[in-house]
Amino acid sequence: MIRVQREDFDIGVELDRLAAGNRRIGGIASFIGLVRDLGGGERVSALTLEHYPGMTEKKLAEIELEAHRRWPLDATLIIHRYGRLEPGDRIVLVATASPHREAALAACHFLIDWLKTDAPFWKSEETPQGDRWVEARPDDDAARQRWTSGREAEDP
Amino acid sequence: MKILYFAWLRARIGCAEEEVRLPPQVRDVAGMLDWLRSRGGGRAEALQNPAIVHVAVNQDYVDLDHPVREGDEVAIFPPVTGG
Repeated sequence: MIRVQREDFDIGVELDRLAAGNRRIGGIASFIGLVRDLGGGERVSALTLEHYPGMTEKKLAEIELEAHRRWPLDATLIIHRYGRLEPGDRIVLVATASPHREAALAACHFLIDWLKTDAPFWKSEETPQGDRWVEARPDDDAARQRWTSGREAEDP
Repeated sequence: MKILYFAWLRARIGCAEEEVRLPPQVRDVAGMLDWLRSRGGGRAEALQNPAIVHVAVNQDYVDLDHPVREGDEVAIFPPVTGG
């Protein structure tokens, strides 16, 4: 399931709901992204997330489908917020549920790596020197690349 | 054709979207970017570096040789930074 929303989410409620009524599920893996108070060595007092409505949902759905194609998952959830957020606020939740932990953990890692390079979101940070757009990190491309090498398929 | 701009490209060009009519000789993304750069209003500067200008046509990422047609929804934006 995909949700793109301004409002916060309750992690406990979301994870409970993900597995509710499905006794096949043996484990849930989750990643929660938070707003940091430092960016590029500068103090960040807030950030604003902009996105491309329509394409965002489309890309997230494609990424989710790809995870289901690669691993035996019973349920997945991606919630991504937009708008103005402050340090400590939650930005994103990725959760995966599977009969076994390996698939849940790997798929969760895959989803957050792909989301970072494929979902059309942009961050602008408020710093003492003024507002500035966050630049994409080469590390993020490398992290995505890890999942295209096929290595994860050798170790099911 | 509708063109959407996001993030610092929107800020530099000064609008979030514009309705344009492409000249008939413009057939692909590369040609569209060249034509947009020639239109002034901060576009030449904002769109000068192809390495940091990404294009989506009808909400899919595309390369420079992808065709563009009247009626397409085109979006132009910098590398994404979500998550």
